[in-house]
Amino acid sequence: MKSGLLTGIQKTLVITALILPGIFVALPVMVLITGSVMDRYELKDYLGPVFMEGTEFIRWKLVPDFPSFDNYGKLLFLTPQFFVLFWNSMKMVSCILAGQLLVGVPAAWAFAVYKVRAGKLLFALYVVLMLLPFQVTMLSSYLVLNRLSLLNTQQAVVLPAIFSTFPIFLTYGGFRCIPGQLFEAARVDGAAEITVFFRMGLPLGKSGILSAMVLGFLEYWNMMEQPMAFLDDKALWPLSLYLPEITWVQAGYAFCASLITLIPAAFVFVMGQDYLEQGIIYSGLKE
Amino acid sequence: MKKRKDRRAFFIFMAPSLAGVALFVLAPFMDVFKRSFTTAVTGKYTGVDNYKTIFQNQAFLVALSNTIRFTLVCIPLLVLIGFLVAFPLGRLKNAGLVKSVYLFPLAMPTATIVMVWKMFFYKQGFLNLFLSKIGEWTCAWGEIHNDYLGTEAAFWVLVFSYIWKNTGYTVVLWLAGILSIPEELIEASKVDGAGGLRRVIYIILPNLKGTLYTIVILSFLNSFKIYREAYLVAGAYPHKSIYLLQHTFNNWFVNLEFDKMAAAAVCTGGFLFAVILGLQKVWDKEV
Repeated sequence: MKSGLLTGIQKTLVITALILPGIFVALPVMVLITGSVMDRYELKDYLGPVFMEGTEFIRWKLVPDFPSFDNYGKLLFLTPQFFVLFWNSMKMVSCILAGQLLVGVPAAWAFAVYKVRAGKLLFALYVVLMLLPFQVTMLSSYLVLNRLSLLNTQQAVVLPAIFSTFPIFLTYGGFRCIPGQLFEAARVDGAAEITVFFRMGLPLGKSGILSAMVLGFLEYWNMMEQPMAFLDDKALWPLSLYLPEITWVQAGYAFCASLITLIPAAFVFVMGQDYLEQGIIYSGLKE
Repeated sequence: MKKRKDRRAFFIFMAPSLAGVALFVLAPFMDVFKRSFTTAVTGKYTGVDNYKTIFQNQAFLVALSNTIRFTLVCIPLLVLIGFLVAFPLGRLKNAGLVKSVYLFPLAMPTATIVMVWKMFFYKQGFLNLFLSKIGEWTCAWGEIHNDYLGTEAAFWVLVFSYIWKNTGYTVVLWLAGILSIPEELIEASKVDGAGGLRRVIYIILPNLKGTLYTIVILSFLNSFKIYREAYLVAGAYPHKSIYLLQHTFNNWFVNLEFDKMAAAAVCTGGFLFAVILGLQKVWDKEV
């Protein structure tokens, strides 16, 4: 009885200890949401001190006095550029993911199923390539894109990303979880390698593939370095680059645009959280 | 016979990926390597002059030391915080919601959150407001007007936003590691009379070495992405304390100083290559 009580108290303590930082995580999102439904004058009132040199502080209310959807209206109905950029983002992300699917999944399959000596070496090389930050490969990408005359086109962002080695490791993790005897059995029954891949590998390795897609979406929806380096024309930009261009004077508008940018990412997050977690675990690189 | 068949299948499945990686990464990196020994404009061979130049370049050295400092501060901190959250979380039955809250920042595009950070860390922002309120309450200090983004403190703002974004996946990895420890092992230690803390030190931690390796590698990979936050908060030429290698690369790129960029890319790439191989060696020995 007594010990039961103790664990009860312990449990409450643990939960509070975990929820407190949780609030810290949630707070910025709350600010974003409230800001987007605040009316222009209220925002100006609260954020005013930020522009002026003085000692007055910023103020905020989590429930606005005058909620309004004006900003959303303005953004969605009066700003065609916003749509262009939104679709730019969508287009680039879906092209990248489709390409990664076509190129990365077979490669992951090769690493997972065929144990050849060259495979080990290539695997190590791919690990290193995955870990190289964009800045190190920026110049080499630039040189090759320049030679192919792809600079300042969206292919300049899409093509190098398709050959990123990161999704290969997530997909590989999924394939590794399938017992190898299954494939052996299929081969004994006379199935060709390509049949084994399509009929067994793809359905059974689904979780790895979906993990790669979920993590990939979140990564490329947020991409900034690549378009910043390779796209001069602002009409080609993705949303993630456009948001910071909105100034404080249009704060309400910026809040709305941020929230709308967040929605697809949040949607993928909610739908694919299990795969996201699985993917993080797959990225453990363990052979 | 089987070996040969395997090898053929391996290379067929790998072919698209290999071709892309060779075209977009390996071949141009060779070109970069060659360029690192020549001048940017005329392409005349200059030996190791470029390497000498970058290591005498003040901006590069500052950036290098900041990047190293950032990594050395962030990774241990992240590993520790992740563990402190994951450990109690592992004992809860329904950890799902808490985990989602911690993971959500991973899904948030950087551009959407930077505005909120600015509101927090501006001179008249929330943090100073909050600190002043505490001062008022306790009568310990008066109003506070620190400038966090334009001083040394900017470094810590960056550390904070890195931790904020990345705690979630560290928690997921730690949790996966903790939950994979066989239940019998824990039970046996209880029977042997090991108390809570001793159980953590002697049973749980030694079983998590693999997890630790994974977390360190992935945190390292993600630490380069902090450039997005740094750039969005403070632009291309931020306060000296957060001028990172990524800024240097970007500014060289903008100014077309490809010779320095090539030399720095070769150095950074080589260094990372060595670190990764070293870590892999250590890892292979452990298991």
